[in-house]
Amino acid sequence: MDRPEGVNIMSTLKELPKEEYWLPGNATCAGCGAAVAIRLAQKALGPRTVFVVPACCTSVIQSAFPFSAFATPCLNIAFEAAAAAASGLVAAYEARGLKDVTVMAWAGDGGTVDIGIQALSGAAERGTNFIYVCYDNEAYGNTGFQRSGASPYGSRTTTTPTGKKEHKKDVPMIMAAHGIPYVATACISYPMDFVSKLRKAKGITGTRYIQILTPCPPGWRYSTEKTIEMGRLAIQTGIWALFEVERGEFRLNPPSSGYLDKTKRKPLEEYLRLQGRFGAMTPGDVGELKRRIDETWENYKKLRLKV
Amino acid sequence: MRNTLTFDMIFTLLFTVVPMMPKAPKGMKDLPLTPLSLPCEASTGKTGSWRTFRPIVNMEKCTGCRICWVYCPEACIELNEKNQPKINYDYCKGCGICAHECPLEIIEMERERSGQ
Amino acid sequence: MTQVIVETGNRVAGLACKVARADVIAAYPITPQTTVVEQIAELVEGGEMNAKYIRVESEHSAMAACIGAAVGGARTFTATSAHGLALMHEMLHWASAARLPVVMAVVNRAMGPPWNIWADFSDSLSQRDTGWIQFYCADNQEIFDTIIQAYKLCEDKRVFMPAMVCFEGFILSHTSMPVRIPDQKEIDDFLPPFNPPWQIDVDNPVTHGNIVYPDWYMEFRYFMYEAMENARKLIPEIDKEYGKLFGIEHGGHMEKYRCEDADLIVLSMGTIGSEAKLAIDSLREQGHKAGAARVRVFRPFPADEIRRMADNAQMLTVIDRQVSYGMEGPLHTEVKASLYSAKDPPLTTGFITGLGGRDVTVRDIENMVHKSLQYLKAGKVEKDVEWIGLKE
Repeated sequence: MDRPEGVNIMSTLKELPKEEYWLPGNATCAGCGAAVAIRLAQKALGPRTVFVVPACCTSVIQSAFPFSAFATPCLNIAFEAAAAAASGLVAAYEARGLKDVTVMAWAGDGGTVDIGIQALSGAAERGTNFIYVCYDNEAYGNTGFQRSGASPYGSRTTTTPTGKKEHKKDVPMIMAAHGIPYVATACISYPMDFVSKLRKAKGITGTRYIQILTPCPPGWRYSTEKTIEMGRLAIQTGIWALFEVERGEFRLNPPSSGYLDKTKRKPLEEYLRLQGRFGAMTPGDVGELKRRIDETWENYKKLRLKV
Repeated sequence: MRNTLTFDMIFTLLFTVVPMMPKAPKGMKDLPLTPLSLPCEASTGKTGSWRTFRPIVNMEKCTGCRICWVYCPEACIELNEKNQPKINYDYCKGCGICAHECPLEIIEMERERSGQ
Repeated sequence: MTQVIVETGNRVAGLACKVARADVIAAYPITPQTTVVEQIAELVEGGEMNAKYIRVESEHSAMAACIGAAVGGARTFTATSAHGLALMHEMLHWASAARLPVVMAVVNRAMGPPWNIWADFSDSLSQRDTGWIQFYCADNQEIFDTIIQAYKLCEDKRVFMPAMVCFEGFILSHTSMPVRIPDQKEIDDFLPPFNPPWQIDVDNPVTHGNIVYPDWYMEFRYFMYEAMENARKLIPEIDKEYGKLFGIEHGGHMEKYRCEDADLIVLSMGTIGSEAKLAIDSLREQGHKAGAARVRVFRPFPADEIRRMADNAQMLTVIDRQVSYGMEGPLHTEVKASLYSAKDPPLTTGFITGLGGRDVTVRDIENMVHKSLQYLKAGKVEKDVEWIGLKE
């Protein structure tokens, strides 16, 4: 990965600060992937980071008034409004001449891919100087796991009990098409990849978008200890890829860069069979999902964005 | 203005030390004018009571790789001087990620017994 | 230096925003508000106004951005009409419950379908439960003055609630009138720099808006209720203070005209209130002891002033430029509710008129009064709701 001048990217675990800004004894489910992402983000960006959190799992896992699990400031806001509220906050800090504060919208896939996409697109088009992280558990987790545009093909959710019939909306590519300076994907199972991407993003001005896969035990229906394993398998089977689009230039990150060769990718079944949400898939469904994954990887080979 | 002074005092107190439990309000006069919450541990209580299994680390074999620490969703693992984990059982929900990810497989998940 | 300009209501609103030293404006264009945001864009890009102008992609985002900005310590402003106001409804609730002193110009326009860009109060009166203070202006001077007064009111530590300053589309927004703009230094003395009640701030990390269980939600809502009651007391005080400094007052909650000895009082809002004064003069010449009271503030509703009218008036002719389907005109309902506890309350007649920009003339108002006088003579009112001007 390219290193910009003077920024400590942090590529090894040893470099991660030990301070915790996510406090224990909170309302997360056991094995919550989103919480791992919050901890990593806070370590990457430090305490001078304001979280703008729309309705999502994070709204609830931070616990109830008068207590909060967030030791970094947190503005909760309405479901579709994260990017808009963040735009206002950034403008206020700029108007007041405040420097060295990072405004970060921290939204679930629902509040990003579906109801939140208008505000996100608007903020990006305006070049709003903030980081937007979509932590993706591939459904509306907070409310009991209803489908979102980010739910994968064939997955069971409470509103797609026989399996979702549509493919996952490709929001990272949508954001890349906005021509913003930095877009990246991440996964909690590759913590230093996520951390270094955030560190890099911190040194860039403009709209920076990162979508991180955060497996969810109750939603994906697997035993709680396997959260990190799920994320790893998602990358190893190629259903999710680690990449960056930096100033229009697309690049896959390791280990995804090694998976352009289809024979190196693990069979998708190894991922699907461990999760109850894929239990309704027929061989035809699996075939369709594989077809789409292969097509996506073929497109990665050809990608030359430069927007 | 509803008790800003008291609220400010609580702020100052809380941020010179590790976040302690803010006082739970007893009546309207204890409330800020709009719902503002303060950071603290045990925001949802001593969540250690949720677990069925607890992780036990074999400290003799631990090399301090930090993997359990980085993956703990609860942030209830502290690292000692040798970067070995010290698990806070007041909060550990027993998810088992630490045991599952430990590269040396030296964390065992033991069944909680009643009265522990 | 005080200057007198001749400008449209919209551009006056934009100037007031500049003079009030708003730091962040987030707005989305909609007819007939458009020239407010265009004026602001000119002022900001021309360097006359030192503010950040966020050209948001919808009204919902406009209010969300104002909320984010207010929480970041900025004085904020926005403007909208009709569907734009309706679209930001969710965030209106958010701004008031977060106790943020956002000030918004609402250029009143009818709700569709069908598309109708002309004036009535269906947009703002539909939002009366959102916890926003609501002012209704009758001329461009009042638009300017009220926006400045609104900041002073909303940023008072006993209030910290948002306010909308409403004025009718095209009738005021696009009509030029002379307006006195006080000296910037004098406005700065009247309106000190923004001192927010709370902020999102890395030096004092707090979480705002996480779950509040049923055991504390009601108390926070009570605080909002109290704040509105405090606003009720402060509104006439601030208007008087402004009047002393700048020579113009607008009557506090209500602008009263020849009401002291009136048997019948015409109650209305906005420019109908202006026209009513002419109707009153004409009626007086005909020998009727009539007066007009223009409700300048709908929220908090001036129930006490309405009740005091019971002291001498025997009939209140209430003109509504909106109807709450399934009931009647909102002004009429609130007037009756205010009168319920009065000893010996007057009769009231409720008229619906002027929807979708239908013109309400002095003659129309006189006719409504004559109808009321008939009911007064008969000692009872036939109907709660009468529509005026329908083409049969």
